[in-house]
Parts: sequence; C-alpha cells; structure tokens
Amino acid sequence: MRLDWEIAKRGWRRYAAYPWATVAGAFTNTIFGFLLAYILLAVYRSRTDVGGFDAADAVTYVWLSQSMIMTVYIFSWWELAWRIRDGSITTDLLRPLNPQRYWLAFDLGRAPYHFLFRGLPPFVLGALVFELRYPSPLDAVAFVVSLTLAVVVSFGFRFIYNSVAFWLLDFRGVVTLATTVVVFFSGMAIPLRFMPTALRDLCYALPFGSVIQTPVDIWLGKRDGAALLGVLALQLFWAVALLAIGQLVLQRATRKVVVQGG
Amino acid sequence: MIEVEDLRKEFVVRRGRLRRERHVVHAVNGISFRVDRGELLGYLGPNGAGKSTTIKMLTGILVPTAGRISVAGLEPSRKRIELARRIGAMFGQRIQLWWDLPLRDSFDLLRHIYRIPADRHRVNLARFRDVLELDPFLDTPVRQLSLGQRIRGELTAAMLHSPELLFLDEPTIGLDVVAKQRVRDFLVEINREDGVTVMLTTHDLGDIERLCNRLLVIDHGTLIWDGGIAELKERYGGERTLVIDLEEPAPPLKVEGAVVERVDGPRQWLRFRGSASELTARVARAARLVDLQVAEPDIEEIVRRIYASPETVSDTKSV
Amino acid sequence: MVDAVLVWRRLVGAQIRSQLQYRLSFALDAFGSFWISFIDFLVVLVIFRNVPRLNAWDVHEVAFLYALSSITFAVTDMLIGQLDQFPQKIRDGNFDILLVRPRGTLFQVIAGDFALRRIARVLQGSIVLAYALSTLAIHWTVLRVLVLLVSMPSAVVIFSSIWVVGACIAFWTTDGGEFTNAFTYGGTSMAQYPFDIYATWLRRLLGFVIPLAFVCYFPALYVLGKPDPLGLPRFLEFCSPAVALASAVVAGLVWRFAVRHYRSAGG
Repeated sequence: MRLDWEIAKRGWRRYAAYPWATVAGAFTNTIFGFLLAYILLAVYRSRTDVGGFDAADAVTYVWLSQSMIMTVYIFSWWELAWRIRDGSITTDLLRPLNPQRYWLAFDLGRAPYHFLFRGLPPFVLGALVFELRYPSPLDAVAFVVSLTLAVVVSFGFRFIYNSVAFWLLDFRGVVTLATTVVVFFSGMAIPLRFMPTALRDLCYALPFGSVIQTPVDIWLGKRDGAALLGVLALQLFWAVALLAIGQLVLQRATRKVVVQGG
Repeated sequence: MIEVEDLRKEFVVRRGRLRRERHVVHAVNGISFRVDRGELLGYLGPNGAGKSTTIKMLTGILVPTAGRISVAGLEPSRKRIELARRIGAMFGQRIQLWWDLPLRDSFDLLRHIYRIPADRHRVNLARFRDVLELDPFLDTPVRQLSLGQRIRGELTAAMLHSPELLFLDEPTIGLDVVAKQRVRDFLVEINREDGVTVMLTTHDLGDIERLCNRLLVIDHGTLIWDGGIAELKERYGGERTLVIDLEEPAPPLKVEGAVVERVDGPRQWLRFRGSASELTARVARAARLVDLQVAEPDIEEIVRRIYASPETVSDTKSV
Repeated sequence: MVDAVLVWRRLVGAQIRSQLQYRLSFALDAFGSFWISFIDFLVVLVIFRNVPRLNAWDVHEVAFLYALSSITFAVTDMLIGQLDQFPQKIRDGNFDILLVRPRGTLFQVIAGDFALRRIARVLQGSIVLAYALSTLAIHWTVLRVLVLLVSMPSAVVIFSSIWVVGACIAFWTTDGGEFTNAFTYGGTSMAQYPFDIYATWLRRLLGFVIPLAFVCYFPALYVLGKPDPLGLPRFLEFCSPAVALASAVVAGLVWRFAVRHYRSAGG
C-alpha cells in the first residue's frame, strides 16, 4: 500500500515537473471548449432537445469533457510502449512488482494533478462565459466516483494497446487507431447522445461510453437511483475486465520476452 | 585567423520560482587571444567555465555582449552566413546529420546546402571515405550507427565543404581507444596536410597531449593560460611521482622529501621534487622494493594545479 | 531562390525514399492518420443527422468547408508538421548547428522533415471534397475556379505562418509547445465550420487577427455564391492570397526576432 502511494506520487511529479506544458494544454482545452460550445449551440437553434440533452446540458457537456481529456488521458499514451521499445521493460519484468500495478498506481497519481491543473481552469473559464448546469450533492459525489472509475477503465484500455509494442516494432499506427476509437466512441468528439440510437447504445455498452459520457451523464443528473447504480456497476465491470485482460496480455508478453529475449 | 579582444558575454538568469530575482552571470569575462592560420589548439576548462560560450560566439551562434571578435576576417554575429561557408563545426554530443536518412544522403544534402561543386564534393568525400573508413556503413541510416561511426560521419560532414577553420566541441567523448586514435590521426592529417586551423574543446587530456601544441585554459570566464604545452609542464610540472611496488602492503612510507599521494595494496605513489635517484635510495633503505617507476606529471594533474592556483593570462603568456 | 527550391526538393525526396522503405509501418501510420482525421467528418455527419441546417448552411456546404480546411491543413502538416518537435530540437541543442550553416534557419527547419504518412489525411479530405462538389449545385465560372484553386495554397501559407509563429515559443520556453496546438489543430477545426456560428469575440480573434476566416470561409462564400451571413464587404472573398502573403511576412519577422533573442540570450 505504501509502495503504491510512492508510485502515485511519482506519477504526479512526472507531470508537475512541466508546468508550462500544463498551462499550454489547459489553454488548448479552453480554445477547443469554446469552439465546440458554439458548434453545438448552433445545433440548438433548430432544436431544443437532442437525445435527452438540452442546450445547457450540451454546453456543460463540452466543458466537462474538455476538462476530463487529460484526467482520463484520452489521447495517445505512449509511456509503456516506449519502455518496451527501448528494452527497459525487461528490468521491470524481473522485479517483484507487477508492471500493470505499477502503471496503475502511477496513473492514479497523475490523474488528480491533471484534474486540478488541466481540468479545473478550462471548466472555470467556461462556467464564467456560459450558463452551465451543476450537480446535486449526491450527483457530485457519484460523479467523483464515476470519474475515478473512468480513469481506471481508460488506463486498462491504454495498457492493453501499449502492450502491442511487445509484438510490433512500429506501433505508432496501432496507437493512433486505438486513440481514434476512444476519441470517437467515448463521446469526446461529439456527445454520444447526438448519435443514432443503436450506435449510442453500443458505445454505452462498450468500455468507451464509461470513459466520458457516463460521468458527464451523472453530473447532469441524467441517471437516478437504479440507473445510477447500474452505470457505476458497468464502469466497475469494465475496469476489472480490462485490467484482467491486460494482466493476461502481460503474462503472454512476459513469456515471450523470457523465452525469446525480447 | 581568429582575433578576440576583451570579449564578454553576460547572461541574465532568473532564479527562484516566485520572486524571479535577476542575476547576471558573466560567462565570458574579458578574454583576448589570437590564433594564426594552421594552428591546432586546445581549449580547456572546467564545466561552466565559458568554453562553449566562447565557441558559440566564434561561430556566430551567440552574439557577444561586448568586445571585438574577428574570425577569418569576419565578424561572426553579423556575417553569419558568409562565415558559415568558411568554417566547419562539430559538437560531439549533438547531431547534425539527418537521423532517419542513410549517411550518404546526409552528405548529398550538405553538398547542396553548402553549394559544393560536384567534382570537389566527390574528391573530398572519396578522401574521407578512405581515411575514416566510411564505406561499410555509408548506406546505413544514421540512427542505426554506433557512436564511433556517427562521429566519423559528423567529422566528414563538418569537413565536406573544405572549411579553413574547424571548431570541435568534445569530438572524442564516449569513444573507445581505437576510435579516439582514428579521430586524432584524422585531425592531425587535415591540420598538417591541408593547413586547416583547428580549435578543439575537450576534457580528454589524451586529445591535448597528442594533438595540440598550444593550449588555452579558461576558468570562470577568464583565460588562465595561453601558451605551449611544454611550458605548461615546465611551469606547473615541477613535481614528479615515484611509483613503488613493495613486497607486501604497508602503511604509507615516511620518507624525507616525498609525500605519499596514494596507496593501493603493495603499490604507493610518492610525490617529490628534485633527484629521483636520491629518493629511490632513501626509499630502498626504508622498505623492501620489488619494482619502481618514475612518472612524469600528466596534463590532468597539471591542469588541476592550474585550476587550484589560477593566474591571469598576462602572467603566463608566452607570445 | 531557385536553388533553395532545389535543395528543398532533394531533402524531401530523400525522406520520402526513406519512409517508403518501411512499407508496413507506413501503411499502418497512414491508415491511422486517415481514421483519426475522418472522425472530424463523422462529427459533421452526426450533427446533420440531428438538424437540417447550421444557421444558413446545409450538410453539403459544411462538407465543402470541412474538405477545404482539412486538405489544406493536411498538406501543411505534411510539409511542416514536424515543427511540433521543434521544442525538443531546441532542448537537445540541435538548433545551433543550423546557425553554422550558410542558410537561413527557418528554411532549414522547415525543409528538415517531411512526413509522407500525412498524405492519408489529404486523401481523406479529397474524398469529402469530391462528395461535396458532386452534391452541391455550384454555378462554375472561370473566376470561381480560380478563387478555389488559389485559395488552397493560400490556406497552406496561412496555416504554415500560424505554425511557424507558434513554434517560436520554443525559443522562450521549451515545454510550452502545446500552445501552438490551440491555433493549428484548433484552427483547422474552427475553419471546418461556418464562421457565423461563433460568437463575435471569438470570430474576431481567431478569424481575423489570426486570419483563419480566409482559409476557406471567404473563398467558399464566393464559390458557393452565398451571401455573407455576417454581412461583411464582398471584396474580402478575394483576399486570401493577400492575407497569405501578409501572414508569411509576419511569420518571417517573428521568426527573425525569435532567433535574434536566442542568439543573445543563449538558449
């Protein structure tokens, strides 16, 4: 437990060491927040409701999702793949600490940093310019839980696609594709609620919906009672499932490295 | 070839996270020297002494704060492009070749960047390919080259356009003994046969010993030595070292006229001045010797002594 | 000048050759690039599944804007996208050697890298352009064709200028590189949609001060024969080349200023 805490601190520090990068990133998120907000507002000139979202919901969605990008780390995460490529992974595998556990702890230390320093500033700015929706106290708590689960689900997925580097020398294309999938099917590019019903339900069922759309739904109070517990349970399910799959992949990879020498 | 007069460079550094106090660093604090065509000189100094800063000003990368500077008759900061045609530079730890391209392609690109006539390029390249043995890896992408191979490629890149003056910043760093020798031989050849003036900064005293006839030493922004190596040894090298091998390990010997500098098992290093034979006799009386050697002071030791008691260049100038 | 073009061509040629050697990785890269840019178009389709028009623009017209923005941005990315790596270059100390070569630094940095895989994005944009052109009822005139053709290289120059100015940040702070993304990637995203949907302050800042409105909005208005929803003077629709030229000049000046700072402050 103590070890996890130390690793988590390292995760925090790794990103806190580059304050300008964080500021620049928050700035970019803010710009995109404005762009997307106006694009969606243009949609609401013709309609009042899209898939259960009204204009205020949609704009809140934009600002929340922009704030969540780095917390949940949607865009390409390469750290593990690089370690595999340059060979330092072999020393990690020889240590008594499970690499997946290490990186998970690392990620859970990183996420709060990004939440506070890349997430809050754009959201606050968006809140000043637009009329946003705010959660009830219960929903706020549920949101925090959901967000944490979202980080784990996202991590589980990132761990798996990084592990491709064990087999593929040039994994850039795979990482890009994986990112594409997450960005679109999580609701990052456009709220899932705007999509055709069948597609939307598929996304909700897949781990991707749990990563952005679900936490935002909770914030906006779209999930009550049983439904709330249901989506949280689904997130938990995916978190566990993806971690388990990642573990399996890791074992196969370890065997490969040990047998073939990487 | 190079004339430097009272050259200065100041940097403004802001310390501290919140208050950001202004702090002026005098990286180069009024140095003056002259280099004639055809010299091969070494430029030495501890880290942070101002070596890189001086080189950057000489090559036109950095603009001086004050002072006069003339390289190949041009003012580097103003006539950067014109000067660039006549000088070559190689920064040992940094890469000027194109990472993903075969070595051959880098040379071809440089031909066009420097506008080298085709036949001269061919002649030059053939020569470097021969002297530096580039053929085995001429078609390999630079990123796949070993350090030694890459350095040879970088040297070629620096010389391809037949510059009159070559600046080298730590060219042999990280190389094995064989590779270092190859680089040194190359530098000697271009200096002696082509008359290329070479200014070389290095921490490697082997480079200095084997290549340079003149040494500039800088410390804290000021020149503390400008002169030949022999004189340097003479002035600072008064002390020699007697290395003795005893029959068995013993505590440091107490012998008149010598100070035990180091002990390693049965071997001891004694520093002394004056007659070696007299000291040997005294040592033989004090202990049972198996073998002995007299070591001349090496540059490293001498340089260490200069740093320890710096004098300004006006005291040491031999010109 | 001609000689600079020749050098550039050789640099680019050498890199294309080198990148094509790794065919599988190139294919995967290109495939990935294609899809990640396709998302933006999917978003357009999803939006128009919900509404018939965005202000006065229908799906075909927005597809047209999208295609123009996307293609020109992808070409820019192909030519100078490696500027995103410029902060790393400065960090590694690899900029100095450019100052010891008898060429302009900006030229060397821009010619230094060429990413062929981005061509997938150009392809994707072209497909959408073909779709848009086939579904739009454009009354083609010689002038319209001219405006369309001239607007595209102008857009590349405008995007390039933004990118270059953004890269200059690396001379002052090495991890602020992401600021540029807001204006390059943000810029193309913004230009994919009609400018009249954005609030006035945003439109003025990112459409005119940073002249993204001239990337495709104004030329498109002319080609489509659409009255400007913003009610601005019609001559603006012909200004892309002039704006491109001005942007290039500004970018060159900012770069010179930045390099001068680097050369006196030491980097």
